[in-house]
Amino acid sequence: MRPQQFNILKDVDKPLLIIYLILVFIGVANVYAAEIDGSHKAILDFSHNHGKQILFAAISLLIASIILSVDIKIFTSFSYAIYWFFILVLISVLIFGTEIKATKAWFQIGGFAIQPSEFAKFATAMVIAKYISSVKGTTIKFKNRLKAFILIAIPTALVLMQNDTGTTLVFGAFVFVLYREGYVSGIILAFIAMAIFLFVLTLLINEIYIIAGIVSLTIIISIIIRKKKTEILQLIGVCILLSAYVYSVDYCFENILQHHQKERITVLIDDEIDMRGPGYNLNQSKIAIGSGGLWGKGYLEGTQTKFDFVPEQGTDFIFCTIGEEWGFAGSTTLILIYMIFLIRIVLLAEKQRSIFSRIYGYSVASILFFHFAINIGMTIGLVPVIGIPLPFLSYGGSSMVGFTILLFIFLKLDAKKLER
Amino acid sequence: MLINQQTNSYLNRKFVIITIFVVIGLVFIVRLFSLQVLDTSYKLSASRNILRHITDYPARGLIYDRNGELLVHNEPFYDLMVIPGQVGEIDTVSFCNLTGITIESFERRMQNAKQFSYHRGSIFIGQIEKDSYAYIQEHLHKFPGFYVQSRTLRNYVYPVAAHIFGYVGEASQRIIDNNPYYQPGDYVGISGIEKYYEEFLRGEKGVKIKVVDALGREIGPYQDERYDTIAIAGEDLYTTLDIDLQIYGEKLMQNKIGSIVAIEPSSGEILSMVSTPNYDPNLLVGRVRTQNFLSLYSDTLKPIFNRALMAEYPPGSVFKVISTLIGLQEGVVQPNTRLYCPGYYQSRGITVRCREHKNPVDLTGSIKYSCNTYAANLFRNVIDQDKYKNIQESFTTWRDHVTSFGLGNVFNNDLPYELSGIVANSDYYDNIYGSNGWSSLTILSLGIGQGELGTTPMQLANVAATIGNRGFYKTPHIVRAIDDPENKNSKFNNKKYSTIDEEHFDFIAESMFQVVDEGTGRFSRIEDIEMAGKTGTVQNPHGENHSVFIAFAPKDDPEIAISVVIENSGYGATWAAPVASLMIEKYLTRQVERKWFEQRILDANFINPEKHPDKQ
Ligand SMILES: [Zn+2]
Repeated sequence: MRPQQFNILKDVDKPLLIIYLILVFIGVANVYAAEIDGSHKAILDFSHNHGKQILFAAISLLIASIILSVDIKIFTSFSYAIYWFFILVLISVLIFGTEIKATKAWFQIGGFAIQPSEFAKFATAMVIAKYISSVKGTTIKFKNRLKAFILIAIPTALVLMQNDTGTTLVFGAFVFVLYREGYVSGIILAFIAMAIFLFVLTLLINEIYIIAGIVSLTIIISIIIRKKKTEILQLIGVCILLSAYVYSVDYCFENILQHHQKERITVLIDDEIDMRGPGYNLNQSKIAIGSGGLWGKGYLEGTQTKFDFVPEQGTDFIFCTIGEEWGFAGSTTLILIYMIFLIRIVLLAEKQRSIFSRIYGYSVASILFFHFAINIGMTIGLVPVIGIPLPFLSYGGSSMVGFTILLFIFLKLDAKKLER
Repeated sequence: MLINQQTNSYLNRKFVIITIFVVIGLVFIVRLFSLQVLDTSYKLSASRNILRHITDYPARGLIYDRNGELLVHNEPFYDLMVIPGQVGEIDTVSFCNLTGITIESFERRMQNAKQFSYHRGSIFIGQIEKDSYAYIQEHLHKFPGFYVQSRTLRNYVYPVAAHIFGYVGEASQRIIDNNPYYQPGDYVGISGIEKYYEEFLRGEKGVKIKVVDALGREIGPYQDERYDTIAIAGEDLYTTLDIDLQIYGEKLMQNKIGSIVAIEPSSGEILSMVSTPNYDPNLLVGRVRTQNFLSLYSDTLKPIFNRALMAEYPPGSVFKVISTLIGLQEGVVQPNTRLYCPGYYQSRGITVRCREHKNPVDLTGSIKYSCNTYAANLFRNVIDQDKYKNIQESFTTWRDHVTSFGLGNVFNNDLPYELSGIVANSDYYDNIYGSNGWSSLTILSLGIGQGELGTTPMQLANVAATIGNRGFYKTPHIVRAIDDPENKNSKFNNKKYSTIDEEHFDFIAESMFQVVDEGTGRFSRIEDIEMAGKTGTVQNPHGENHSVFIAFAPKDDPEIAISVVIENSGYGATWAAPVASLMIEKYLTRQVERKWFEQRILDANFINPEKHPDKQ
């Protein structure tokens, strides 16, 4: 048995593994930094978050080695079973779950709260990989697209019902996967990007100006291409469509969004906001990051980022601590590490011979990217305050274990070099 | 199977995805560059400079009486705050000399502050008065990490109405855990209207962020106060209280244990609510609060206990007005039903005593002279009616009539901590006697307001108001408007009708007028004011009887309804009725002519020196 155990790291992609370990280490170090105040506490203190985070990291590594040592067929053959199992768990959390911070997404077990939606991500990634790789033929039919869409929509809807806006948005990451596999065209991707861009813009600027901008842009382009009648007609059509969209975003925001969703988004728009609400976090977060300067204040030297001023310091706002204590140099390094990590996963996914592995790899990259983009975007005030963790860094057992499973299944798939 | 043709055709799409990743990463880096390197406004001028978050406490809302007179306001005081993480090497001894605390106390306070937070301020020494503040402030620059924060404390203009106002105290850990608004050291209303209207009174806290140098000196606001929020003062309360009447009531009740509740019948507005022994609300403010609370708490006369809402007395003969109304409603008596009273009621070995009075009596006479024989007969006739299948049904009907006057239930109004009183239901008697084991005779004492009946003074006043209104009441309440005197509180505006038809009320009101005009209450008659009332004497197995009286005046379109209970004082007619009469005179004419009558009450002392030796 010995050589086999020794061999679990054989063929595992070392760069990804090393970056993973680096990220986990940075996470533990910064959860500790976010928490200690004055009196230095023991590193292995399970009554505090950093101690628990070390425990979560240990559990994650244990699970990772189990994944690397089991037969890969468990994941490829039982994708649907795993998927439906987690759908059932998501339904039962709605009924039996505990509500924490207005989000009914938790199972309380002893001192720990488990968030099943963190595990629903890899389950959905597997089922999408399984389904798309099983589609026969050279053309993608409408019913294929529909089925793929439904498989993603079910967990998304369930998470939305838990009132967990952040995780719901993360399921949007599958757009990249669908795009890569030809289930979504480039125009749709461009439209989604445009829609997100206009959405944020609408919240920041009065919609009248945006519509005026769209109209004047249409007129300018029309003058340039004045000879081509059909193109101008199409252009006017797009112009009306975009204006209607901008208007409806504004309308939805004013009339449809629930209070807490609206509040989070308003924070981005107004500087005059309630100091105790989400805006307080954002302002404090910007002060903390901004005060870091070029080189930062040094490890454990941060004064703004302690639990005291930014309440979600160890979880959703962990990037603050890094920004304050390590400065621009440190935060940029972290972003670059993340970029390398994500690009490496994409390149590795492309190298896979099995379609299942490739699709799964894209799912991993996309999900991690969405978390990365929303979390850091929020911390530095580019995206509304949406509470989702920064993978491998934020404090939290469910997310740490969930992301580890997500990543290591891919590492295992990659190591096995599946033929199908 | 090798990669098929179809997906391969999308191979180039990986570049699009990678480009998106890279673009977002670059956007973040650019943003961080502007935030951390270019935008110096986020940095502090010197590296040792730090931010200090100072809570800006709003002034608590003021409280006025019904005529716009100020009753409760705020006085400034100062808290010496500490941020442990900013305290350097300081001269502890001279600090202790400055503030007048011991070294041990210093260490203990510092330990507590560290436990709360290293980087956020907590109270080091609370509630420093103005004079010491000026002196401490002058020397504080020698002690980095310490600063002074101003707050306000309650000040009560008159030493009365403590039970109505309640008091304000530091938020307990439970309140802090359950409500994110509160921080340790914050004040919160703990009882009375300070508690009920807490969310209006407290206002909104603000935060000022100051830049502080290494020596603990404030350099100025952070970023031109861009992140500061201004405190919003609490909203004022306009109460229904008539402060003159309240002061007068508390004066009349001196050296007596009991309660007065006066209500404006048409609106349910509480004009005064007296519970004695009372205490000065200023005793429960500031540094002296804890100590005073403990001594009030351990006082054998229980001054903190609000008798108006929490003492449950059997109503005694006062209850005969309700009993009679039920008799009329059920049709078992008519106003001209006459009866000869031999001075007692007797049936199967049970005797209810009566006193000597004119004979025979009709229904009005039975109230005027408070005839127990008549009351016992009437009660049995109601319960033993043939139209009900069994006693459970007839008793439940009777009970429904009783509770429709607000008895046996809480009002759920704006005065916290009221008791519901007691009106036992038929299950109660079934449990004791078995469902066939009791009859109208078993529960006969209910007919004269004794037995399983408990009413609070507030409920008794409300009964008087209901009769004054000829059949309905509005929930008694203490606040008529919030923030703006014209912004009327409509929450308690519903008319609650009793189960008795309106036509019977004129008769009972007229009978109650005769009680005062020539019956048991004639001693308390007021010249030129038509007052209707009913006396009661509550049997007290532990000592002298309790004296009870309810009344309203004027008889038609009453402006005031009142209940008075004086414990251990004897007959209702002798003590409670005169107090009610003086209160009514005071309220309706704004002065009291009957000086000797008033002096007799002021001189009376019903506090038992044996039971309360410390009160001599
Ligand atoms: Zn009699």
